[in-house]
Amino acid sequence: MILASVKKLRSFGIIGMNQRNFGLVSKYNPRHLYPLVDDKLKTKLLAQEAGINVPQLLGTLRFQHDVKQLKEMLEPHEQFVIKPVAGSGGKGILVISEHDHNFYYKPSGAALRLHNIERHVSNILSGLHSLGGKPDAVMIESLIQLDPVFSDYSYEGIPDLRIIVLKGYPIMAMLRLTTHTSDGKANLHQGAVGVGIDIGTGAALHAVQFGNPVSRHPDTRKIFSELTIPHWDKLLPLAAACYEMTGLGYLGVDIVLDRDQGPMIIELNARPGLAIQVANCAGLLPRVAVIEALSNLTPDPQARADFCKENFSTTLRMLPPRKHRTRATDRTKK
Amino acid sequence: MQTKIRLYFVVLLILSIGIGLILYKHLILGFPLLPDDKTFVWTIEAKIDFLAQGDPTTVSFALPPRAPYLTFMEEDFASPDYGFSELSLPTGRRAQWSKREASGAQTTYYRLSLYENDWVTDSPPSDLPPAPKQPEFDEVFKTAALTLLEQVRAKSANAEIFARELINTLNSTSPSQNQRLLLNDHADSDYKTNLIVNLLAMEGISARVVRGLYLEDGRRRQSLTNFIEVHDGHQWLLFDQDSGNSGKPENFLMWQRGGQSLLDVVGGINSRVSFSIIRNVQSTRNLVVRSSMNKQAGLIDFSIYSLPIEQQNAFKMILLLPIGALIVVLMRLIVGIRTSGTFMPILIALALIQTTLITGIIMFLTVVSTGLFIRSYLSRLNLLFVARISAVIIVVIAIMASISIISHKLGLSQAMVVTFFPMIILAWTIERMSVLWEEDGPREVLIQGAGSLLTAVIAYLFMTNRIVEYLTFNFPELMLVNLALILILGQYTGYRLSELYRFHSLERRNDTGKR
Repeated sequence: MILASVKKLRSFGIIGMNQRNFGLVSKYNPRHLYPLVDDKLKTKLLAQEAGINVPQLLGTLRFQHDVKQLKEMLEPHEQFVIKPVAGSGGKGILVISEHDHNFYYKPSGAALRLHNIERHVSNILSGLHSLGGKPDAVMIESLIQLDPVFSDYSYEGIPDLRIIVLKGYPIMAMLRLTTHTSDGKANLHQGAVGVGIDIGTGAALHAVQFGNPVSRHPDTRKIFSELTIPHWDKLLPLAAACYEMTGLGYLGVDIVLDRDQGPMIIELNARPGLAIQVANCAGLLPRVAVIEALSNLTPDPQARADFCKENFSTTLRMLPPRKHRTRATDRTKK
Repeated sequence: MQTKIRLYFVVLLILSIGIGLILYKHLILGFPLLPDDKTFVWTIEAKIDFLAQGDPTTVSFALPPRAPYLTFMEEDFASPDYGFSELSLPTGRRAQWSKREASGAQTTYYRLSLYENDWVTDSPPSDLPPAPKQPEFDEVFKTAALTLLEQVRAKSANAEIFARELINTLNSTSPSQNQRLLLNDHADSDYKTNLIVNLLAMEGISARVVRGLYLEDGRRRQSLTNFIEVHDGHQWLLFDQDSGNSGKPENFLMWQRGGQSLLDVVGGINSRVSFSIIRNVQSTRNLVVRSSMNKQAGLIDFSIYSLPIEQQNAFKMILLLPIGALIVVLMRLIVGIRTSGTFMPILIALALIQTTLITGIIMFLTVVSTGLFIRSYLSRLNLLFVARISAVIIVVIAIMASISIISHKLGLSQAMVVTFFPMIILAWTIERMSVLWEEDGPREVLIQGAGSLLTAVIAYLFMTNRIVEYLTFNFPELMLVNLALILILGQYTGYRLSELYRFHSLERRNDTGKR
């Protein structure tokens, strides 16, 4: 079968793009709050105010003539990441892991000259990567150091953890691992591996690349079943706290683990994608239904994280809990 | 929930206004729903000749009655220096030409253009007949008539059958002596008509003469044919006096009812009237638009039709855009096809309309791929973004110019149409595709490029469909229906077709997991 049956997808509670836009994004995310997450500089400031760890800001460029200062700005830093402030979906991110006098090296080993980087920066400033082509700004951040836990699961890049937070409750998580195909980017449609993570324990559940199940990392051949995310107990409340920080009810929180500084928030997304369902082999809808059915939401991120750990853990029960399935199955029976 | 109800209310309102207006235009104003409807427009010319004798002259000519199933487009009266007036008498309309002094051969004309509306059926006249007037026959004649009537009566049960039987008996090929006496041999059709009316009167049945014209294309020097209308106590029935068939024949125009003369000429002799008939084919829509404008129907008066023809043609194109938008909405929300630029496919489709499909696609691919090739060089030049896209625009224009010139030299005139493609949009497409190529690889470029082209082709097929084209232009109210559809589609939260593929591995794994 090339196409899945609508009935089955519905019974798993898979959310489609239209339903995401209609029932989650536009329902829980007021438009006026978007700039908080669309502008990564604002997000960074917010996070810092809230006491959440973020990658260190090395510099910003706002105007075309600032490009001349680029060399000076980059000189003291061995490693850095160049990002468009208003970019989305990982577009326009340039990672430099090493540089000598003339050349800047990407994690893949490809060498760039300064003028290549200058062109990239001026592209960003002209709005090439921003939504609607609006003029953009450039931010330069310190490079995150790969946590040794992931060293066997990642190729030429830093994996990141995407957690979907609904009304402050972290309901689903996925680890995105860079591969050779994805050019060191943690972007699923470019070939990164998505690993569904059990909300209860932080252990890996399933993994997919290009929508197909995989059991080992395509480059390092390391098996995923041995993977468990460290500091899981700290990560969930961290993600949950982003709700208070931004006010957005449906949020994708991107977290990386830095070897030296621990978990850091690198990006928030007001329109997180749906690939997380494929990676988790589970639909969002049953979990959304549980959260929507809650009558009293607690303001404490820790309590919310604990609630989710209890309710959305899949390792304890092989099948999703009965009460989560009833809604969907009942509907199909009608 | 409240907003949902409100939305459905708005959708319902828009939908019913749209459909209501369409129905109004179709049912009341007679706009055909399909473009194929053709209507025959008959142009009938009556030519009246007579010889004037130098005295005051008056010509009075019966005009055909207006009927709801007929639309008279034009009526013209022409004569050399005659005073003219149109009279409405209880017996029907008459034209009257008059002159103080006329001599020699005179000719006046009456010309009428009309067509039949097929949405109104002809209804027989509802007037009540006066009591039949007993004719005065001499004894021999009367005896023959009574014998004949008795024969006919024996074979009939009611007025309708009686009339038919009477006509058939009179027309029989082996007439009896009585019949031969009644139908005196060299009698014309008027005599026969009168005879039948009189015989029916003797039987107590009201009848009258009806004169009409068979409408046949290219006929000249035609005269009116006599029919007999019989009142059976409830309604008037029309009989062909030569065949006994009842009912109005097709393409038959009733010109005059009752026994009045068709033509009266005072002060002239040898008067004669002859008819010639021409048929034209016209699209029903044109006729309806014209007659509605004449009637000052508000909906038509304040519509696109009131614009000059040139603007109307522009609107023809503009009104197709909502169809394209609907296609894009369908393709993106229901099918889930990714396109580069939301409405770029519509613009490509508009260009395809001008260039025709195959040529257009070849041109599009040529321009975009050449553009991508040159753009990849531009990206090495390290240009600022706005400068680069401007450069791409110039490159696109240069490519178009060279395609046109080369193809002209080669004698391929089709390639000249390349200029119809919107240049700025092409430049943007090239720029986006090239960035997409650099960031996401050629696969994504192919997916989005093919998606855009597919959407454009589907939109093109709809927009060039004759029926769609006809409907959008003649029923701009369809836009409301379209709007309602798009509003409803905006509520669609089900899966996109592409998502069924995207999540298909999920279904398999869930199945195995359960087992």
